[in-house]
Amino acid sequence: MSLQVTDLRVYYRTLAGDVKALDGATFSIADKEIMGLAGESGCGKSTLGNSLIRLDGRMKYVGGTVTLDGVPLPIGDQNEMNHFRFAEVSIIPQYAMSAMNPTRKIGKMTAELLESRGERYGEIKSELLRRIDLVGLQRDVLNRYPIELSGGMKQRMVMVISTLLDPSLLIADEITSALDVSTQRAVAETLVSFRDHGFVKSMIVITHDVSILYQTADTILVMYAGKLAEKAPTATIIEDPRHPYTKMLISSLPEVGIRYANKKLTGIPGSPPSLLSPPTGCRFRARCPLAFDRCAEEPPFEKIARDHWVACWKATGSDA
Amino acid sequence: MLSLNRVSKFYKVGTFGGKELAAVRDVSFDVNAGEVVSLIGESGSGKTTIGKMVLKLIEISGGSITCDGTDVAGIRGGAVKSYYRHVQGVFQDPFSSYNPIFKADRVFGMIRSEYFADMARSEWNGKVEAALRAVTLDPGQVLNKYPHQLSGGQLQRLLVARALLLDLKILVADEIISMLDASTRIDVLNLLAELKGRGMGILFITHDLSLGNYISEKTVILRRGAVVEMGATDKVFGNPTHPYTKVLISSVPQLHKKWAEVEAEIRARGGDDSGTCLFHRAYPPTARAGDGADDGPTLFKVEEDHFVGCFDLGEGTCRIA
Amino acid sequence: MTDVIKTEPKPESLPGAPKAEATAPARRTRGEFLYFALRSKKFLIALGILLVLIGIAILGPMIDATDPLAQQGLPMQPPTADPGNWFGTTYFGEDVFAQFANGLRATFFVGLLGGGLAALIGMAVGFTAGYRGGWTDEILNMLTNVVLVIPTLAVLIVISSYLKARGVLFEAVFVGMTSWPWAARAIRAQTFSLRSRDFIDLAKLSGRRAWKIIVQEIAPNMSSYLFMTFILLFGGAILMAASLDFIGLGPTGGMSLGLMMFNAVTWAALTLGIWWWFIPPGIGIMATVGALYVMNVGLDEIFNPKLREI
Repeated sequence: MSLQVTDLRVYYRTLAGDVKALDGATFSIADKEIMGLAGESGCGKSTLGNSLIRLDGRMKYVGGTVTLDGVPLPIGDQNEMNHFRFAEVSIIPQYAMSAMNPTRKIGKMTAELLESRGERYGEIKSELLRRIDLVGLQRDVLNRYPIELSGGMKQRMVMVISTLLDPSLLIADEITSALDVSTQRAVAETLVSFRDHGFVKSMIVITHDVSILYQTADTILVMYAGKLAEKAPTATIIEDPRHPYTKMLISSLPEVGIRYANKKLTGIPGSPPSLLSPPTGCRFRARCPLAFDRCAEEPPFEKIARDHWVACWKATGSDA
Repeated sequence: MLSLNRVSKFYKVGTFGGKELAAVRDVSFDVNAGEVVSLIGESGSGKTTIGKMVLKLIEISGGSITCDGTDVAGIRGGAVKSYYRHVQGVFQDPFSSYNPIFKADRVFGMIRSEYFADMARSEWNGKVEAALRAVTLDPGQVLNKYPHQLSGGQLQRLLVARALLLDLKILVADEIISMLDASTRIDVLNLLAELKGRGMGILFITHDLSLGNYISEKTVILRRGAVVEMGATDKVFGNPTHPYTKVLISSVPQLHKKWAEVEAEIRARGGDDSGTCLFHRAYPPTARAGDGADDGPTLFKVEEDHFVGCFDLGEGTCRIA
Repeated sequence: MTDVIKTEPKPESLPGAPKAEATAPARRTRGEFLYFALRSKKFLIALGILLVLIGIAILGPMIDATDPLAQQGLPMQPPTADPGNWFGTTYFGEDVFAQFANGLRATFFVGLLGGGLAALIGMAVGFTAGYRGGWTDEILNMLTNVVLVIPTLAVLIVISSYLKARGVLFEAVFVGMTSWPWAARAIRAQTFSLRSRDFIDLAKLSGRRAWKIIVQEIAPNMSSYLFMTFILLFGGAILMAASLDFIGLGPTGGMSLGLMMFNAVTWAALTLGIWWWFIPPGIGIMATVGALYVMNVGLDEIFNPKLREI
């Protein structure tokens, strides 16, 4: 197992109390696996991704363990994690396009970044240039300022920089959301090529856009209101999901080819619960058309088939 | 009903306004009653500019926009208010559309004070409630609340309800779905389809082709301010002719087909990739006049209800010298 | 209520809590304002000092109804000498405390009127220039720049050579009409950023006219900023008036703190050691303006959640 997460709990401190953004996540990612992390706003996917690298100071690590390549990650300790960041675990953050210092040339910024990590820029430069070619950028991008690049180019540059030291785990947080459709495809395909070339071992791709995941991910993990709902290979999630939320989510996505006149789609009525004081039992209960009495007790995230986990009493056949 | 005829928008840029930037060039299309026209384009295509020109929030530089025969650009002063009775807009960011220090239903109050000042309060309340029900909102849940207490989907629907309080004929929906979550998107989309069924004309501006395909009768594809392809939605999506349209469609991430598959399909469908393009065959350069009104048509008819523009993407794609 | 995706997200947004907060400026109910106001040390201390000074200004001349310009006792008496003169007497035997209390009144009056006038002009110019843009903006900008670089001292000297007498009102108006430029600039900048927001477009689409939009949509959104601007103008007006008084260009009659200091220096209070003549007015000005500025900082923390220490 490349990444093993057990019962991870991360809350946010606020004036009003603790927001239980991630309340008990247990899953694993294999070597060379690209796992998509899907869900709507507030489901906890960004929290999960960011907690694995611990860059957000507002996060309060409450419990659980994370093991990467057999080594436990000290995600509760800001300073300890520094040894792992960039080298073992890397992230392409949600605002990556604005993550580059606008007053520095890109080459200089990369050099400074590497020096701060104890790496010699000169030694890595040839590899850096090779990767820049690979993602389809010109080599002279190192001499440019970020403002001279387009959104897609900046995104790809950040991807190259984040993976320069060949981390075992790469977390990509909404990297395609702010891009045009044609650039989205280029960036998503670049991401997959990183795994294919062996620059990263495994990846977590966080996005709300399930169709991008269909194109790039091997497995998809669906989250809802801070809890895991379903994890399965991509094709299974799209074609044969078991969790009611996943089912309703997939069937509410319009696709090229589906027209209102021919097939009217439906959404999911209601809205997600507040995470300040979440309801007991299954958190999807209020909006679920299949809810019954047992749902008052929270369903565990269980394996129902090879590589397929669901947190639902109906799906695991415990509704007898 | 709404007719755009060779509409253009130029901005003066550079020191002392020396250079000109064309945000919209020579765009013509119609929006009729009971139909949704999607205006599809990536960032910088000029689609939002067109929407704002229809709403008279930006001035037109060239061409004309007519609504039921009246020239929109010529409307001034008090007549603008009556124009807004028939043409309204909803924008992308639901939270930015509301003044955050006031309650959300203040937007209704604004309409009342400008258009229905003489109406009795009870009659007005009834009208508001009817409009809210028409957009499937529960009055008890959304009235008297601040914007941050409501969800994005509710706020967008509230804006549609506001537009319904007037005598709406044309609704300009500028990327109204893109900031909503997947589960609420479809509800707002279905609402638009319902409104279309009741005779409204909707200009649906979006960058998301699957949404445009889902809901519209006509599609206009924009690139860098100019129309590259337009026509009936099923024809444009079913038989994409312009190379840009083909690139767009093959880049949309689909749920049941991988990118490579879609691309192969489009390529297999063929299309004239060799020799001269359709546009030039129909309008060879010698037959086209220079600048001026008789510049010749900007679109070439591929088939019934399906038009395509010049293939030159400005990157040397045009093979005619 | 969280179904909004931010495609250009702000790092401060908290997952799990309504994402809207990151883009919407703080909406403060009166209750929330009071909650934080009562917990802000800076605000409370500054408010306390101001209230004490205002108390002296209002009640002082009532309690001690002596004429500040009449001779009260022996000249140059220190504060402890005569129980009737709390702050001692001046070179001419005038009661320093009476002068102080009356002077404080005049100072507050000039500050209020001058600062208020500057705030009104600044708002009018700033809002109009910021909202309209284009040529209106260019012209108003030019006007602002001209007023900004006018050497106020020189102008005042020229004007006063034509006037037989100058009253407090004149001083207040003069101060008001020369200190509005920076406020206009700041308000213009804020208006610029607000006017491209969607809710302004929505107001236009509702048929609202421009001035109504400014008054009903833009100004309320900036209310905390406008309030703080007024406080700063208030303090600035007091300072400017005091400086003018100190060099002898203040009102020809009456009393003010700056005038006290002017007199003190003219009559060699420093050399003669009559410290009780110029120290109180000096502290008075310092305390007033200082308290106003500290209150401003406190208010900024109250209004702007990002500056607060949790």
